Amino acid sequence: MNVLEIQNLNVTFATEGSTLRALKNVSIDIPKRCIVGVVGESGCGKSTLINSILRLLPENGKIDAGTIKFEGHDLTKFDLSQMKTVRGSRISTVFQDPMSALNPVLSIADQMLHIQYRSKLRRKEKQEKSIEMLRRVRIPDPESALKRYPHEFSGGMKQRISIAMAMMMEPALLIADEPTTALDATLEVAIIDLLKELQSQIECSILFISHHLGLIAELCDQVIVMYAGEVLERGTAHQIFHDPWHPYSARLLECDPANQTSRTRQLPTIPGEIPDLKAIHKGCIFRSRCQYCEDICTTVPEEFGINGHFVRCHRKSQ
Amino acid sequence: MSEVVSKFLFTLRRIVAEPLGAIGLILVIGMIFGAIFADLLSAHEPIRISPRDRFLEPSLVHFLGTDQLGRDLFSRVLHGGQIALSVALIAIAVSLIIGIILGLIAGYGPRWLDNLMILTFDAIKSYPTVMLALALVTLFGPSLTAVMIVVILVNVPGYARIIRTQTLALKSSQFVASAQSMGASTTRVLCIHILPNSIGPLLILASMDIPVVIAIEAGMSFLGLGVRPPTPSWGAILNDGFTAIRDTPWIAIAGGVPIILTTLGFTFLGETLRDIFDPRLKTRV
Repeated sequence: MNVLEIQNLNVTFATEGSTLRALKNVSIDIPKRCIVGVVGESGCGKSTLINSILRLLPENGKIDAGTIKFEGHDLTKFDLSQMKTVRGSRISTVFQDPMSALNPVLSIADQMLHIQYRSKLRRKEKQEKSIEMLRRVRIPDPESALKRYPHEFSGGMKQRISIAMAMMMEPALLIADEPTTALDATLEVAIIDLLKELQSQIECSILFISHHLGLIAELCDQVIVMYAGEVLERGTAHQIFHDPWHPYSARLLECDPANQTSRTRQLPTIPGEIPDLKAIHKGCIFRSRCQYCEDICTTVPEEFGINGHFVRCHRKSQ
Repeated sequence: MSEVVSKFLFTLRRIVAEPLGAIGLILVIGMIFGAIFADLLSAHEPIRISPRDRFLEPSLVHFLGTDQLGRDLFSRVLHGGQIALSVALIAIAVSLIIGIILGLIAGYGPRWLDNLMILTFDAIKSYPTVMLALALVTLFGPSLTAVMIVVILVNVPGYARIIRTQTLALKSSQFVASAQSMGASTTRVLCIHILPNSIGPLLILASMDIPVVIAIEAGMSFLGLGVRPPTPSWGAILNDGFTAIRDTPWIAIAGGVPIILTTLGFTFLGETLRDIFDPRLKTRV
């Protein structure tokens, strides 16, 4: 049973004079109680994916085709008021930068009460629920923390509060958009442990976005590799990290500083750059940077898969 | 509640610590006190004409003397204060409300609406105040309402621009994106997240506009575009005294000095407040 099923999602942005294809035929399944990681370079469409699910694309962005099925309903067909009932109650979000994710002029109590505006509980009960949530994310002395303002907390604490607020309505899906990028390594581990713990308690699914491969390997059950707006490979974390099928996934893993065995002055890179998404591409999107590029790569590879491991590459499907 | 009180007392102590702030506070409190208790403080009616008492010099009966119609100037000055204060407060409050609403719409609404509104604001702002006043009075006739409309027209564009700029900046901030992704409606985002974060500088600006508005009211009344006689207004008193300034200077003084003192008082107070609340201007700890 899947919480979220995205099928053939195509998103374009209207720019001056041309259209930018931000997402191309993206298909993703997020099973219940499963943590799914999305990896990819900057500009590969991770944020566009989140904004499409939440239907918070900028004015010039448009979902051209595809379906986003969440708990059996197609979110692309929802109107604004229906979306509002989904956002924050069934789907919650934790953002990258905890420093600016909280409103600086409102106390934590006010912000946590505002988030529960849909709930029919009395003020006192909402307050108790807020304290309970803060306790669960291990904020010391939650009663007095409620009276304080965001600037009185450190980055890690603010991120915990953001997580508490996101988990408060016990969502079915939590979208975590690089929640640890702005934090240091020790805090990163603590936040990941916390997310895992809350996930198992609330039994929600998590869509976890990061470019920290080690973190994804540690936390996620399934992994999706995105490149230039396309899903190149998806499978379980074990499949992707131990037997990457797509040349891009393999190169990405090679480039992870954690996988360097010898001392070097230069970290490995993938030569070339992300193709211009405004241009029309023929064939495989990774072709221009791929070391195994052949004649057949000028045709679009079909998705090929066995045992839940899917890839878009001619080398595998041949 | 006690927190608010202690904060207020703290601010008050800091105002008094500055010499200009103390002077400003005394002048402003004196002016407000005089305006509120005008009826109790003056023994004479501000608009009662008594031809026998024309052009009396200041005395114990008439503290500031009388004017060309024998009206007690002290009483007229106090009641003029009422007019000045109420015009300033009402006009600025209305300007604030309209300015905030328009600013939020311009900042949060579609781009074309923003452009249109900014164009309109700039068009209004480019009009000299006096010209605007003359044009409006020609249309509607001189009255207190005309004064207020002029003040509102002059102030709203500036206020709306401030809120609009802040809204534009805050619109793309992460806590607004976060609130939207958590299902907050536009009204909720605007009222809870954007407005409280942008209203501070606006309130300081508005407090510094009070003396300007008082001067506009006095100026328009002096030119005969404001309150209609016999309603007492400082500008009107000044005008009464202006014609006979060589023989009976006390009338012009009675009208002019309160304008000077009040504008000075509010300006001193406003600047002290700005210095206290703007950490960048702090010179001593």
